[in-house]
This record gives sequence, structure tokens and C-alpha cells, in this order.
Amino acid sequence: MELSKEKLLWMYKKMVQIRQFELKVDELFKKNMIWGTCHLYVGEEATAVGACAALDSTDYITSTHRGHGHTIAKGADLKRMMAELLGKETGYCKGRGGSMHIVDVSTGNLGANGIVAGGIPIATGAALASKLRNDGRVTVCFFGDGAANTGAFHESLNMAGIWKLPAIYICENNLYGMSNPVSKSTAVKDIATRAVSYNIPGEIVDGNDVLEVYEVVKKAVERARKGEGATLIESKTYRWLGHSKSDPRVYRTREEEEEWKKKDPIKRLGERLLSENVATQQELNQIEEEVAKEIEEAYQFAINSPDPKVEDLAKYVYA
Amino acid sequence: MVEKLYIDALAEAIREEFERDENVFMMGEDIGIYGGAFGVTKGMYPKYKDKLIETPISEASIVGAAVGAALVGMRPIVEIMFADFMMDAMEWIVNQAAKLRYMTGGQLKVPLVIRAPMGSGTGAAAQHSQSLPAMFAHIPGLKVVMPATPYDVKGLLKSAVRDDNPVIFLEHKLLYWTKGEVPEGDYTVPLGKAAVKKEGKDITIIAGSIMVPRSIEAAQKLKEEGIDAEVIDIRSLVPMDTETIINSVIKTGRAIIVEDDNKNNGWGAEVLSKLIESDAFDYLDYPIQRLAGKDVPIPYNPQLERAAVPQVEDIIHTVKAIFNKE
Ligand SMILES: Cc1ncc(C[n+]2csc(CCOP(=O)(O)OP(=O)(O)O)c2C)c(N)n1
Ligand SMILES: [Mg+2]
Repeated sequence: MELSKEKLLWMYKKMVQIRQFELKVDELFKKNMIWGTCHLYVGEEATAVGACAALDSTDYITSTHRGHGHTIAKGADLKRMMAELLGKETGYCKGRGGSMHIVDVSTGNLGANGIVAGGIPIATGAALASKLRNDGRVTVCFFGDGAANTGAFHESLNMAGIWKLPAIYICENNLYGMSNPVSKSTAVKDIATRAVSYNIPGEIVDGNDVLEVYEVVKKAVERARKGEGATLIESKTYRWLGHSKSDPRVYRTREEEEEWKKKDPIKRLGERLLSENVATQQELNQIEEEVAKEIEEAYQFAINSPDPKVEDLAKYVYA
Repeated sequence: MVEKLYIDALAEAIREEFERDENVFMMGEDIGIYGGAFGVTKGMYPKYKDKLIETPISEASIVGAAVGAALVGMRPIVEIMFADFMMDAMEWIVNQAAKLRYMTGGQLKVPLVIRAPMGSGTGAAAQHSQSLPAMFAHIPGLKVVMPATPYDVKGLLKSAVRDDNPVIFLEHKLLYWTKGEVPEGDYTVPLGKAAVKKEGKDITIIAGSIMVPRSIEAAQKLKEEGIDAEVIDIRSLVPMDTETIINSVIKTGRAIIVEDDNKNNGWGAEVLSKLIESDAFDYLDYPIQRLAGKDVPIPYNPQLERAAVPQVEDIIHTVKAIFNKE
């Protein structure tokens, strides 16, 4: 493999962080320790990690309601994320936002979004700003297959096409928008084919192969930095768990889920690292253990943090 | 009469309207096998699969297409998964549905119901918790209702479906699992009629949606302290039943208005102005008070979220303050 061992192990670790973070969140949710709702990214880790591996720390991303993975991949602090999920003053949004609104300005993460497709025009605007200021940054816009059927998607990609914006639109096609299968919500088979309408390249990647995601996003980033414009990338993947907290998954079969679990992106990278002698099983185990410790620390930090003060309710309404 | 859940009474109304009129159908996200995000259409699929048009995530065109279907004689019920997402469809609600009748000199009509769950209290944070009835009530051409009980939700949904105008039908999420008496079979509750939900002689509490059960609970506790409050459920913001409200305030001489949405330019200000422009003004023993949500986006943290909207104890406190100060 051309990539350095360091980079490959970084990818592995990030995916493990996302997986373990999400499983911890799921556990806390089931214990009623997390309020509201949240949408977990288990099974889709390779898309966020492969894409963010191709970015600089100053590049921007926009995320979605299913945003923990993107946020971790871009470099967020697990402690502040967990604190936000527990509604604490030490969380990224000081307990005001919760799962669907985590933003981390320090890593160029312009934020998760409670509104499906809410981030697509915002990413377009960030990319426009980079073009106007000629700052060399690119913006990666993550969104789902469901979001690709909004008017905002069409309007934004057309703008990116006419203005040759430094934007990479990554559609995480996990086959469903909530209960609605892509086959019933989307007139075309491959969302990437829509790129033709915007006169930009459209690519399809195996969203459970972190290295493939990385290669394709990297090419798109290079194009964008050279001023050659935007790319639409469709990453085919699958969410292992329910859409949100109380989803009995009546719209799909357990067999389909098992088939996809065989394509576990973490296991796939692990097996490659071993077979190509990049890392030893012991090194991989050590990463798992390190991450388990980080997650426990994040949880302890969050649980021991103070709640926001009720008298500060109206703080932050205006700048 | 049997007791039913609000959500079941609503579903019953939808099913009965499907059966009554072949032109009635529903559009929305995940309303088929999933049964809708809150479960309103649970169990309707597959029996009513021809009536349940499951859409992509395309709020603007869901409402826009429903307007088009309504113009040519259908009577669509649109389910928007959370009222917040109606913002994506504002063009077709405000510039199209609300105006087509008037602009065309009465040639067109838009018999359309847009239903959506609103309100906070579930930890869903700023983009999934808003109550925005006042925003719609400001637009001529729209009717706006927000039923508070199982009885009303069934009767009002039927009236809304049978009305020839676009009706914004707002259901507070916390009401779905409340219970109340609901008769079997067909009945309607007229749009534009308030209801006295508890009689009293000392003060009038005018409330809407989730604030109705909270006001009734507050009134019951106030009774123990010797204050006999009348609770009026406004039910419909447009048209608004000012007569019932004015008569009650003439009787009691005092009023508070309790709103779930935030205060600034809220519907309570409209009620207040209607009262002080009326004969009720001469009967007032104390300035009319408004108790409403704080002017903030709904926060995630549960204590902050609770503090953002009036609770039973806030209603009691506000009423008692009126009597202590006299
Ligand atoms: C404008 C809007 N409509 C509907 C919703 C409710 N909702 C939240 S996530 C979701 C499905 C999104 O599907 P997709 O874009 O494929 O993302 P995925 O959940 O599969 O990651 C829906 C319908 C919303 N949040 N915003
Ligand atoms: Mg999806």
C-alpha cells in the first residue's frame, strides 16, 4: 500500500473510535441517560474516515442528523461530544444543541443538522467563500440518499456546477431514508448519475472500503484545489442499526442486515493491514483497547460535568 | 363513551374520512409500513395503501403537489413529520395555497389539510420542537387549528378535511398519548369555535394546545386555594371565537393567556388586543397577563427545555400573583 503506516493506523483508529462511541451512546440511550433522539453511524464509518483522511485540518465539512462519525473523523474531542449528548455545559454546544447540532469550529466542522439537506446549501456557501477569498480550502458536504431528493440538493449542485466551486458532495447512500428505500424514493438507480445535470464528475465508491473512499475523495479534493470545480460522490453503504431510537426496522429484513454486516469496514481494513503486513494483530488490539479507554474517559468527563444554568437560558440567542 | 388516546382518535378521523370521500388521501414521509414518525398511520398500511402516498423527503413539493391535487378536486391531507419542516414548504403554503382563491377572484379553491406535530418536551432540540401557529395565523387565507383533546382532534380533523380552504392542523407531540372520551362514528367540531373546558367565576385562563391540559390542572389546584378559574380552549386561531372569550372575561373580570409558543408577536397578543378593543375592557379588574414561551430556540438540555415553556406551576404562580396583588 502506498499510504504510510501512520495514516493507515489513523484510519483504523478513527473508525474504531466512531464504532465504540456509537455503541456507548446506544447503551446510554437505552439506559435513558441521553435525552431526545439520535441517529447512529455504526457500519458507515469508512465514508467519514476515508473522506476526512483526504482533507487538511483547515478544510470544511458539513454534516447531517447522523453526524457523530463525521465529527469524530474531522478530529473532534470525544469528551466534549459525549458531554453534549448528556446536555452538559462542557459540551460542544454547551448542552443547547444535543446530537443533531454538534459543531466544532476548531476542526472546520460547520455542523450537524437537524434538517435533512440543511447542510447542502451551507457547504455550497462555504465553498463559494473559499473561491471568493481564494483561500485554497475545500468543503466536503456529507448528506444521505434521502437528502438527495430535496430541492436544496438540486439548487446547490447547479450553483456548484456553474461557479466551479471547491466542493465535494458526498452522498451516503445507505439504501434507506428512514423507512423509505432508495428504490421507492429515487427515480435513478445511482444518485451519482445526477452529476451529469450539473456538468460535474459523478463517482460511485464502495462506502465500506475506507481506502477506496479515500482515493476517490482525494482526487476530488485535488480537482477542487486546482479550481476545476465540484464532484458528486455516491458512497454505497448501510446503517446497521435503526434509523433513530425506536425503530423496529419493519421495512427491511434481518437477512439483508446480516449480509451487510459481513462487509464491516473496520474488519475489512484490519484484515488488509494484517495480510499486507502493515500491522500486527497485537497492534490492532492495542488500538481497540486505547479507544475503549478514551470512550470511558469521555463518559466520565461528561457525567461529571455541570448542567447549564437555567438562568442562562437566553444566552447565545444573538451574537 | 369510551376513552381513547389522542393519536387513535386522530387516526380514526383519517380512516373515516378516507371511507367517506374517495377524494380524500394522504401524502407524507414514512406514512406507509412505518406508520409515520409518531405512529399516526400505524396499521393503515396495507389496507389503505392507495390512500397513503409515501413521498421522498421533499417538503416543498409535497405541499406544492397537494395544492395542485386540491385545485383539481382532490382533498389531500399532508402529514409533515415535524412542524419545523413546514418551513421548507412555506412558498406553497403562504404564496400559493393561502392566496389562490382570492387572487383568482374566487375561481379556485384549495381544500387542503396540512397536519404536523409541534412543540417541545421531547429533547428534540431547536429544529424539531417549535410551535409556530402564530406564524400561519398571520396569513390571510389560511385557517389554523390546534386541537387539545382526543374529542376535538377527531372532530376538528373532519371539519378541516371537509372545509374548502387550506387548514393548518397542529398537534402538540405531548398530546398524542393523552386520553379522553371519544364517541364512536361520525361527528364534527366546527372550525372557529372555542370551548369552555372548565367553568369558573374568578378568572379566565385562555389556553391553546398543550397549555389546555396544563391550565386545567392548574385550575384544579387553584380551586383548592379558593380561586375559581374558568379555562377556555381557543382550539382555532383562525377563525377565532372572540365571542366566547369576551363573554367569559366580562363574567370573571380577569384574564391570562397561556401559550406554548414563544411570546414575541405570539397569538396571545392577538387575543389580548381583541379583548381590550372589546366591551370586556370595561369589566377588567386587573391588567390581562400573558404567559408564553421564552423568546429562545428550544434548547436540548432537559432543565433548560422545561424552563423555555410554561409549566403548570408557572400558571398557578401567575394567577396567584394577580390575586395577591389586588
Ligand atoms: C426537512 C426534513 N424532513 C424530514 C426530516 C426527518 N428525517 C430525519 S432523517 C430522515 C431520513 C434521512 O435519510 P437520508 O438522507 O438517507 O439519511 P440517513 O438517515 O439514511 O443517514 C428524515 C426523513 C428532517 N429531519 N428534515
Ligand atoms: Mg439514507
